[in-house]
This record gives sequence, structure tokens and C-alpha cells, in this order.
Amino acid sequence: MNWLGVVPFFVFALLFMLLPTAYLMVGAFQDAEGHFTLLNLVALLEPHVLSAYWISFKISMASSIAGGLLGFLLAWAAVLGRLPGWIRPTLMTFSGVASNFAGVPLAFAFLATLGRMGLVTILLRKYLDVNIYSTGFSILSFVGLTLTYLYFQIPLMVLIVTPALEGLKKEWREACDCLGGSTVQYWRYIAMPVLWPSILGAMLLLFTNAFGAVATAYALTGSSLNIVPILLYAQIRGDVLHNPNLGYAMALGMIVITGLANAGYMVLRSKTDRRSA
Amino acid sequence: MSAANKESRLGAWIAMAVGASYFLLPLIATFEFSLRMKRGEYSFEAYEVVFGDPQFQATFGYSIVMAIATILMGILLVVPTAYWVHLRMPKLRPLVEFITLLPLVIPAIVIVFGDLRMYNSSSIIPLTGSEHATDFLLVCSYVTLSLPYMYRSVDTGLRTIDVRTLTEAAEALGANRATILLRVIFPNISSAILSGAFLTFAVVIGEFTMASLLDRPAFGPYLQLIGANRAYEPSALAVIAFIVTWASMGLINVFGRNRRTLPTR
Amino acid sequence: MAFLEISNIQKRFGEHTAVHDFSISIAKGEFITFLGPSGCGKTTILRMLAGFETPSVGSIVFDGRDVTHVPTNQRNVGMVFQSYALFPNMTVAENIGFGLKVAKAGRAEIETRVREMLKLIKLDALAERYPWQMSGGQQQRVALARALANKPKVLLLDEPLSALDAKIRISLREEIRELQRDLGITTVFVTHDQEEALSISDRIVVLNEGRVEQTGTPSSIYNFPRTRFVASFIGTLNQLTGEVMDIARGEIRVGTQTLVTSNPLDDLRNCQTCTLAIRPEAVTLDGAGAGKNTVQTVVDDVSFLGSIVRIRTHLGQEVLSMDLFNDPNQKLPARGDTVSLSFAFENLLVLA
Repeated sequence: MNWLGVVPFFVFALLFMLLPTAYLMVGAFQDAEGHFTLLNLVALLEPHVLSAYWISFKISMASSIAGGLLGFLLAWAAVLGRLPGWIRPTLMTFSGVASNFAGVPLAFAFLATLGRMGLVTILLRKYLDVNIYSTGFSILSFVGLTLTYLYFQIPLMVLIVTPALEGLKKEWREACDCLGGSTVQYWRYIAMPVLWPSILGAMLLLFTNAFGAVATAYALTGSSLNIVPILLYAQIRGDVLHNPNLGYAMALGMIVITGLANAGYMVLRSKTDRRSA
Repeated sequence: MSAANKESRLGAWIAMAVGASYFLLPLIATFEFSLRMKRGEYSFEAYEVVFGDPQFQATFGYSIVMAIATILMGILLVVPTAYWVHLRMPKLRPLVEFITLLPLVIPAIVIVFGDLRMYNSSSIIPLTGSEHATDFLLVCSYVTLSLPYMYRSVDTGLRTIDVRTLTEAAEALGANRATILLRVIFPNISSAILSGAFLTFAVVIGEFTMASLLDRPAFGPYLQLIGANRAYEPSALAVIAFIVTWASMGLINVFGRNRRTLPTR
Repeated sequence: MAFLEISNIQKRFGEHTAVHDFSISIAKGEFITFLGPSGCGKTTILRMLAGFETPSVGSIVFDGRDVTHVPTNQRNVGMVFQSYALFPNMTVAENIGFGLKVAKAGRAEIETRVREMLKLIKLDALAERYPWQMSGGQQQRVALARALANKPKVLLLDEPLSALDAKIRISLREEIRELQRDLGITTVFVTHDQEEALSISDRIVVLNEGRVEQTGTPSSIYNFPRTRFVASFIGTLNQLTGEVMDIARGEIRVGTQTLVTSNPLDDLRNCQTCTLAIRPEAVTLDGAGAGKNTVQTVVDDVSFLGSIVRIRTHLGQEVLSMDLFNDPNQKLPARGDTVSLSFAFENLLVLA
């Protein structure tokens, strides 16, 4: 009788999450006739696909490391920077909104800022006589996409890391002071060791976030930047790789990568939880 | 104040200033760009074009309907489940939580890819055959996407109100399970549900990947199409999208605050 | 010249003055307690001693050195916090040795000192444990060892026992006192628990709303409270309102009876209303005699508190409680009985 309450949920999860994913994972090991094969996985090593994974990996790394560091600095400033009281709640609210402001509108916003006719581009040319496009920069590139990704990566980092920073007890700093420690020593011996699992864990989440993002990339760089989600998107739409099962393999690859990153996050989370008990 | 304190405060101000400019500049730039449609002067021409476009109205309306359907289905799915797990099957909690976190691990594109393959015309449950069936599939995909937020919100709400005691009190007064759920639990977690609902709304309105791959006339694909073909309208749309997102989030805060002022009897 | 000299310090936070003009001279090796309710300023003063706050006005001198504007990490104070504040990522040994590590002492020196400290607090076996693996009492002892490892000039303790269970509180406070005596370290202890303060201090400073109410030894504060606040904060006290009849003879009328006190009434005039105080333990049943006041009162309640039996009576509008040592063979009065209570003239205290 008790089971009745949770059955709809599990049925739903099965139908729309677990089975479809399993279907893809099984399909990755099948050929067009349904026989078992590892050729799809081998095909992942084909230069076009491999380079897509590599570029995806680079963008996710870049945006998660940069987003992680910058987000941490912002969170530090808000929590420990002794700023006026209204700054932290404002930052948190803004981060909540900005972390969801991804996808197509974000791409438009950055085009309007740093595109060829963008506001910042024009202002830099007008007032500082600097033409960023002549240096080879383009918003429609790896750097441009990373910069755009930072717009939701940094707020996500702020949201995740702020509780960890708030968990730094004021008394630890005071005890360290009494024992003669300097600011550098405090951060080196006490604050950083306590914080690093949360920071690293958060960066792993940022990595996952970036790796799976499609909409922003598609709207900004179209198919010109070869990243896995875009490639998969094109493959689903029009079988551009001429091998339907390769799509499954690519999906499997994505799941493995994001799964590993998340597993890492959970390990780090449990480390923090145990210590704060 | 000591010298070290003054330095760190200055550093904090600089960090904030840089952060603020990075985040505010694109918004300002987008707004400014959207006003440039009429050559030589600032005007709201781009907005007029956008609002007058029947495609805009159609797709925006479609997405709103989808969002509402997603929210309703999400509530019907999540609330009883969360309630049951809290009350009668706490051992299931880790499993349920794991499932609700799966959409954050498995990228959206993979989920919809799986859905497409499993439920296309040649499978046992063909859901891509008709438009309405595909709409249903899209809503289910959206529910999957919003599951983490909805569940977390409701779960937190249930934790705050001590479900067990409320249920026992209601049972002692003679209420049956359905009554308890409808008349006791629902009203008390209404603000948690609303928070989840607004978050879902914001997510669904702008969603692109799933709608595009399932070929449905949603707002996301419309945005992308405009971006590919026009110059100034995309910025106007971006501003509108941003306002909608802000409004949803703002409403979450409003309802979140209300929870604390609910009278305790 | 005292070891620790605090002169006229004040602390203002915006419009609010937390500490008004506080001064005290503390001798080397003295154990002094700041006692008072929440918000009385005791913690603020302690934090100024540590250097976490700077006085708005006034100066603090440690052993001849003016440290008023010296940053905390250059003052060499040891501090023990209410929440223990052990560094969670370090073992007990690493916590204790942190001060020396920061001062760039050699590994051998650190090891020796840590071992010394562990022996002092009798926790040798827990050297490699982490804070979250220990009880509150153990954590606090480690915190104490950590503070003392650096051989600080002054030891500061901010309500260190408030977060602990009652039994541990008592054993730990005795341990702290013993350690302090052995090491001869000047100590400032902050608490709101008057029993704690009375049992371990050399001197107590009673504070209320940023001002000093009274300073003195535990015995003098308890037996000769100078203000109504001190009298009611320390121990339980009977307070009676009376009218002065004759200053020379010390006669005061309370209700329908006349009581005599041998304490000075110099500040008062005849017919003036005053507040009197009597400690419950100074009152005896049926102990009438020379030099004693005797009153007839009606019993309201008899409470068994373990080692003490408290009998609450009333005399007209006034409440008079007395304490008896528990004696299972003694017959106790019942509710409604009229009893005869006595107390010596000198035990009738006159408050402002």
C-alpha cells in the first residue's frame, strides 16, 4: 500500500530518464543491425569527433577554472570583505538570476557587447583608440564563448561557494591572530585547507555545466566551433556523421565525463560534511 | 581599523566593482543595441517589431502553455512523492534524491536524444507521431529538466514544517490521506511550491535544445531563428527574456519571504 | 606598577556605548573574573584586551608595554573561546603546536612543547585525533593547551564553560584554576555564571550595562554587596522594603515589625524608605537570642533542592526565604504554619 504514493514518480523516472539513457548507452555498443560492436567507440577517436571532445574539454576547463577563481573572489569580497550590509544579499539574488540567464538571450547580449558592432567594441575604438578586432579577437571564437560562459559560471560558483565561506568561523581567524599568525598564514594553514574541497567540488560542477551546454554555443558560434554538444546536435538533426550509432557513442562519452565529474564532486562533498560534523 | 583590514576592504571593493561592470555591461549594451534600430536615433522600434510579430506571440504563448503544463505535472509528481518519502519511506530518500539529481549530471541534449530514439515512430510507445503526442513528450522532458529544482524546493518546505507531526495531528482528528495532502500539507508548503514553479517557468521559457530537437514552435528556437536572421530584434528579445527571468526570480523572493510571516496557529 | 593596567577605556559602537570608563590594575599571576549578564560589556573589554576591538578612549598596558594599538598577532595573548574554535583540518597535536609553527620554531622544539602541553591537560592519547572526533570537554582542554603553548603574557577566557554539560563544567573549571596556579599566568575570565566566578577567582569585577558595579574578592562581593544589582545577581537574596525609624540605633520598620541592623545607615535619614537584604543561609529557624532579629512569618512553600531545603515565607507583603541544610531526620514546617525566623543584626544588609 505504501508503494502507491511513489509509483508515479518512479515510473516517470524510468520512462523519461533511466530507460532513454540506458537505451543510448546500449545503442553505443550496437551496430546498425543491432549486433554487439565496439566500433562506435573506436569511431569516437576519429579526428573530427576527438577534436570536438578536446575543444569541449578545453572550454569547460577554461570556464570552470576562470569562473571558479573569479567567483571565489567575488564571494570572498561579499562575505569577508567587510563591505556594507546590502552587498551580499544583492550579490546572491543577482547570482540566482544570472546563473539561469544562459542560452540564446545570453549569446545575444554578448554579441551586443563585444560583437563587431557591440557597445564595448565601439566605445573602446572611440575613446581609447583600440580596435580589439584587429588583434584577432572575435566574440565568435573559443575565447569569446568562454567569456560568455563566465556570465553564468561565475554566479553559479558564487552560489555554491558562499555557504562554504560563511562556514569559516570568525573565531578561527581570531585564534590564529592570538597565536601570532599573519593573514597569509591564516589562509595557508587554516582557511584554504578547510575550503579547498568545496572550491574544487564547485569547479567540478561548473565543468559539468559547461560541458553539456548547447544553446549558448549554438546561438553564438553556430556550428563554427566544433564542440561535442553542437556536434551531437547536428548528428541528431541530420546524421552528419553518417553513422547513427556514433551519436549514441558520443552521448555515452558525454555521460561518462559528466558522471565522473559529478562523482568527484560527491566525494569532495562528503569530505566537507564529515569534517564539519 | 588596522592597515591589513583597510587593505582587504579596498580589495573587496575593487573585486565588487570589476564584477559589477562585467555583469552590468552586457545588460546595458544589449539594451542600448536594441534601441538602435532606427538609424541615427534611439527608439523602441525593435520592440514594436518584436511585439507585432505574430511568430513572437505564437511561440511565447506556446512556451507559456508548456511551462504551465510542466509546472502542474511537476507538482503532481513531486509533492506526493516527497511527502511519502518524508513520512513513510525515509529509506528511499537517497534513491529519490539521486534520481532528482540525474538531470544535472546527464546533459539535456542527451536526455532528449534518448527520448527521441525511444519514443519515435518505430518504437512501442510512439510519441512523435502527432503534434500533441510530441507536445506531451516535450512536457515530460521539461519536467525532467526542472525536477532538481522542484524537488529541492518542496523537500526543503516539507522539512521546515515538520510533516510527521502535522499528519499525525490531522489523522487524530479523523482526516484521510487525500484530505491531509490537500488541506493540510499543500497550503503549508505553497510558497515552496511556488518557488519551484517560478524557477521552472524561467527555465522552460528560454529552453532551446529540447524544443528544437523535437521540432516544436517554442520560444527558444524562435529566439535562435531571429538571432540568425535579424540584427536589432535579437537584443530586444534578450532584454525581454532577461526581464521575464528577473520577474520570475523576484517573485520567488516575494513568496519566500511570505512563508516566514504565515501565522502559526 | 601592575602587570596588566587598563586605564579609562571606553568603547562606542556608533551611538551605543558598550563600555563606560573602565579601569583596573591586575597583578601578575592574578585570576580575575568579569561577571555580569549578557550585554554588560564584559566580552567587549576582553576583546579589547585581545586586540579584536580597539578602545575608543583609554589605554591598555601589558607588563610595561602599551599595547592599545598593537595588532593581536603581536600581543602574545592566549585566548580560549566559548566555541573552542579548534582548527578542524588539524589534529590535536597540530592545533597545539600551531603557535610555535607560526613563529617558525624548530620541529624538535614544537614536538617537545606539544608533548608537555598534552601531559598538562592529561590527553596524551589523543594527540592524533581530529576535533570532530572528541567531546566538548576534551576540545576545550585542547584549546586551553593551544593557548598556553605559546607561553603568553596573559590568558583570556571568553565564557569557556558555557557550552559544556554541568558536571564537566565543574571539573574543568577546577582544572583551569589548578593549571593557572601552577603556571602562575595572569588570567582574565569572563562569565555570566556567578557560581563559576565565586569558586575560582582571586578577584571579581561585577559589570552591568557597561559600568562596574563592584570589584572585590568573592567573599566580599557575596557577603557585602554594595548595590542592589550585585546583591540580586550573586546568589539568592531576600530583599525587603523598610522605613528608617532611628539611624543611631539602626532601627527600621518592616511591615508591622521593627528590625535592627548593625550596618551603617549614614547615607539615610529618618523616615526614608530603604532596601534591606538578607542571605537565606543567614536565617535560622527558632534561633532567637541576643543580637538577633526575630520575626514571625507564614510558610508558603518548602522546596527540596538536594543538599539544601529552601523554605519560602511571607511577612506581610514581603517574601523571606531561608535555607536549611538537608537533614532527613529533621521535621520541616508545612504550608500555612507560622514559624519564628531569626537573623543577626549584622546580617541585615542595607542597600541603596
